[in-house]
Amino acid sequence: MTSVAPVATTPGGSTKIRGGAAGRPSAAAWLVAVPFLAFAGTFLVYPTVLVLVGAFQDSDGAFTLENITTLFTGVVFDAFLLSIELSALTALIGAVFGALLTWAIAVGNPDGMLRRTVVAGSGVLAQFGGVPLAFAFLATVGFEGLVTKFLRDNAGIDLFAGSAWLFELPGLTLVYTFFQIPLMVIVFLPALDGLRPQWREANASLGGTSWTYWRHVGGPILTPPFLGALLLLFANAFSAYATAAALVSQGSPIVPLQIRGFLTGEVVLGQENLGKALGLGMVVVVTIAMGVNVLLQKRVAKWVRR
Amino acid sequence: MKQRVLRTIILLVLGVYFVLPLVAMAEFSTRGVGGSRSLDSWTSIVEDEGLMAALANSLLLSVTSAVLMLVLLVPTMAWIRLRLPQLQRLVEFLCLLPLAIPAIVLVVGMAPLYAWVNYFLGDSALTLTFAYTVLVLPFAYRAIDAGLSAIDLKTLAEAARSLGASWLTVLWKVVVPNIRVALIGASLLSVALVLGEFTIASLLNFDTLQVQVNLLGKRNAGVSIAVSLLCLIFAFVLLFALSYVGQRRRQTVAEEETLQGSS
Repeated sequence: MTSVAPVATTPGGSTKIRGGAAGRPSAAAWLVAVPFLAFAGTFLVYPTVLVLVGAFQDSDGAFTLENITTLFTGVVFDAFLLSIELSALTALIGAVFGALLTWAIAVGNPDGMLRRTVVAGSGVLAQFGGVPLAFAFLATVGFEGLVTKFLRDNAGIDLFAGSAWLFELPGLTLVYTFFQIPLMVIVFLPALDGLRPQWREANASLGGTSWTYWRHVGGPILTPPFLGALLLLFANAFSAYATAAALVSQGSPIVPLQIRGFLTGEVVLGQENLGKALGLGMVVVVTIAMGVNVLLQKRVAKWVRR
Repeated sequence: MKQRVLRTIILLVLGVYFVLPLVAMAEFSTRGVGGSRSLDSWTSIVEDEGLMAALANSLLLSVTSAVLMLVLLVPTMAWIRLRLPQLQRLVEFLCLLPLAIPAIVLVVGMAPLYAWVNYFLGDSALTLTFAYTVLVLPFAYRAIDAGLSAIDLKTLAEAARSLGASWLTVLWKVVVPNIRVALIGASLLSVALVLGEFTIASLLNFDTLQVQVNLLGKRNAGVSIAVSLLCLIFAFVLLFALSYVGQRRRQTVAEEETLQGSS
């Protein structure tokens, strides 16, 4: 409170809009926070509550658990299983290859072109790709894609001989990997940068090898952030919608596409609240993954601080 | 030596994996009839009126969302540090909340809300500003929070106040210039995010760039692939510029530290 005192004693020339609030006690001070809180309340908290509450209501607004129990049956449950499978698989692939790529740029010049390019490119693909990523893959391994045509014309291999795999789990895995590896680079780079050169020197001066360094120093320090990043990647893939939506226009193999079905009215009327239950299910899964991640990050914070 | 070989292999393999689809997009979008090359897909980007209108929507939205984000966050976050520390946790929680709620879920809750918004404000795509400001909150919060943490806000504000500046003056002439790098960063991130957003616009039936690109894909793959490549390149340029903004901040801090050390 000491910091407020000198401010409060200088009301001179402070009569404009917020100036009036300066000298008075906190009742007026709270007013400054009102626009943000009102906005967040209306456009963030209210829609969220609507979903969470609606999940427990029937179409007349009465309380019911039917939507929740429906989550564990039939196509809805299958979609959750496939979503979790897709997210876990791409998180694992993304984390392993992403960690390798992160290492490859972390040992280079921190202000070099290579690192700048990879980091900026990773940002684009991880966070802003969306629909363009779907088209990138159609251009590459779609029915008339560059690789498809090359293999067909030169090697006699038909990529689509077996099935329309690009629009099913294998295709989704390939496309999701294209934004999972870059996300890994973004979240894992600070952890690798946090490894101090002194630790490597200490290891070397004690007669250690590269192997003992990674086995006893680098590995143990990087394990928690690696697992944290793995969870983040899982949540990211689980939440992703745009790329899959642009790629798969028929059918709803994964949860976000099922929700699309509810929103665009492809599903039987009177079941709107089942869509909200699906939303609740997604929030629960993502929250668990993010929650464990936060706990891990807290434990490891002291190591990666620079 | 072993390290260099391993590094080269990783960079080559993943480099091919990431560059090949981009090359394929360039190849696909320049296909002409009978195996010839043609720039028709690229020239018809500007001729497609629907696409141009949607691009205008998206560009306008990226500006309005960045402005609303700054107007809402900067005064609130500065004020919280100065006078309302008890709100710190709540604001941080609200700003990071969109990370835990997938956009597709947010749409479910926003659909009824937007029925009201469109009733009162008309059904212009610009009303998406509200939804997009929510989406950029986590990124913007982190950038601005880092900016505010790097300066001694309390001392600066008290000095200005004791010289007779109003709070608005403090905000506009002291806080904003001191964290301008963070504000530029936050704005660039929101612009990139808004230009790439598809989920909310498509499900609330607004006509934005990505929605048009997706629609276009069904009738003219060449053009939609050309636009997609343009989007990726544009976002890359934005983020590449951002990496220099970040570097300038590091340098300024380092310079200030040297100055403080020598004085």
